[in-house]
Amino acid sequence: MLCALAAIPILIAVAVRLSSAVPAGRGPAFLDRITQNGLFVGVTALLVSVPLFLPLTVGVVAGDTVAGEAGLGTLRYLLVAPAGRVRLLLVKYAGAVAFAITAPLVVALVGAAIGAALFPVGPVTLLSGDSIGAAEALLRLLLIAAYLAVSLMGLSAIGLFMSTLTDVPVGAMASTVVLSVVSQVLDALPQLDWLHPWLFSHYWLDFADLLRQPIAWDSFLTNLLLQGGYVAVFGALAYGRFITKDVLS
Amino acid sequence: MTAVGPATELSIETSGLSKRFGHQLAVDGVDLAVPKGSVFGFLGPNGSGKTTTIRLMLGLAAATSGSVRLLGQDMPGQLREVLPRVGALVEGPAFYPFLSGAANLHRLDAADPHVPAATRAARVHSALERVGLTHAADKKVRAYSLGMKQRLGIANALLAPRELLVLDEPTNGLDPQGTREVRSLVRSLAADGATVFVSSHLLAEVEQICTHAAIMSAGRLVAQGTLAELRQAGQARIRVLTPDAGAAAEVLARLGLSAAADGTATTAVPGSTDSSNAGEVLYAPLPAAATAAAGAGAVAPEAVVAALVAAGVRVRGFATEQVSLEERFVALTGEGFDVVQ
Ligand SMILES: Nc1ncnc2c1ncn2[C@@H]1O[C@H](COP(=O)(O)OP(=O)(O)OP(=O)(O)O)[C@@H](O)[C@H]1O
Ligand SMILES: [Mg+2]
Repeated sequence: MLCALAAIPILIAVAVRLSSAVPAGRGPAFLDRITQNGLFVGVTALLVSVPLFLPLTVGVVAGDTVAGEAGLGTLRYLLVAPAGRVRLLLVKYAGAVAFAITAPLVVALVGAAIGAALFPVGPVTLLSGDSIGAAEALLRLLLIAAYLAVSLMGLSAIGLFMSTLTDVPVGAMASTVVLSVVSQVLDALPQLDWLHPWLFSHYWLDFADLLRQPIAWDSFLTNLLLQGGYVAVFGALAYGRFITKDVLS
Repeated sequence: MTAVGPATELSIETSGLSKRFGHQLAVDGVDLAVPKGSVFGFLGPNGSGKTTTIRLMLGLAAATSGSVRLLGQDMPGQLREVLPRVGALVEGPAFYPFLSGAANLHRLDAADPHVPAATRAARVHSALERVGLTHAADKKVRAYSLGMKQRLGIANALLAPRELLVLDEPTNGLDPQGTREVRSLVRSLAADGATVFVSSHLLAEVEQICTHAAIMSAGRLVAQGTLAELRQAGQARIRVLTPDAGAAAEVLARLGLSAAADGTATTAVPGSTDSSNAGEVLYAPLPAAATAAAGAGAVAPEAVVAALVAAGVRVRGFATEQVSLEERFVALTGEGFDVVQ
């Protein structure tokens, strides 16, 4: 799955390299800047993966946590080992979180690497107009990856909860991914303005603040708070469900 | 059903254990008493609730009502203290197909925070050795045969020294050698002082290895006790082959063995077509005391023969028969092949 994610920046970089100049303003943001600065491959790839690829892979991993074990039947053997239900749930969530951290990191790093290999690398002009060196720019790229990792915490918790509801891993995976799409669709409907700040996907793309000088941490903190809320609520639901679940698989 | 005296220490004790699935009571008021150190056979037809009872015992599912005590401690309340002392095989083995047999055992062993990690490799090795899988240890479980998976499941139950082993159909899918191995494994575990609780439908097997047994039928426990007690409850009987069925029945009646005597019908079945063996077969239950010390009203089998011969009955065959566990099982759970419920 990480390989599939790594393929995204590679695809972008190769496509841009092979095609002639991309007309400015078409395609994903920053796409036209890649030829001038390879580091933008990482940013573009992250931007492209936010709506679907990242939630998809995180949904698959988080949905598989408990339901995957139940589907294989190994859940009953883990529980009689005894692994402890709370401990098992925590370890499983930690695994999903580790993936949610790794996934954007892989996209960013592979993007930066392939960008550096195929295109020139130089100072980057930030949204605030300031210019920073390539090393500093790489740091900002990692910050964006961290921002997205935080963004995916809530979805991971939702996936964990879905996973405790069923013995069929595909069901938990699909419903988690569907929820992430639904959340984004709701976020796009202006009639539901009041709901938007509560949607877990609302701040997913708000990492522009990290591209200013000095960095504005507001959106990072708001996002952290919202995701923390989702983790608390869905973590509690998953706990409540799993602790009393009859393991009959 | 035989009550086990309070003096006996029990490894498993359930009282009024019930589990409801929707409208169906899969386990219905089960009172199991498994003495410490016994090899306990848990019998019952398909769908009679054996696996469900085992799940309830191990805290995998919550009982609708009733309670379970394992090794003297409450389940699932004291699950953390109890389960490290229990090895289990529940409803067949389950493993990660993409890992090797040894890697699977490592992973499952690591799931238990109570066991020392330092001895893990050695314990995995010896568990694999005990079930004869040493040579297939590094093979992916995906490539295991049914019996190999079953052996690996048993190995998993033996990863640490256990005081109680709960094995749900341990010989399912095993070859004759494997079955023999499991039998001797169970005996050696019992010899080391462990209590072994095995569910099975293989009555012959239970008769060979178990000291005690219980029989489930449609969620209820219909019999429980030592094997001898279970067989005795069905009574020994005599079998008489004679052409003079009427006269024989009279003689038996005089000895107090007839149908009228204890309310069970004396069955007569047609004899074989072979003329030298022509006659009818009479069965009569022999009072339990006759097989033990001869007490008042007891009839020794040889006295029955003497009486029959003295009355001029042509006795062509005579035998005392112990009821087999299978007959007892069928008597208790019914003849029908269809799954109840
Ligand atoms: N998850 C479940 N949901 C609903 N009913 C169930 C479930 N699991 C078992 N049952 C029902 O409970 C009853 C007992 O099933 P159980 O698996 O305990 O039988 P068993 O004695 O182990 O049978 P077998 O010898 O075939 O293994 C059956 O009638 C079955 O249909
Ligand atoms: Mg079963």
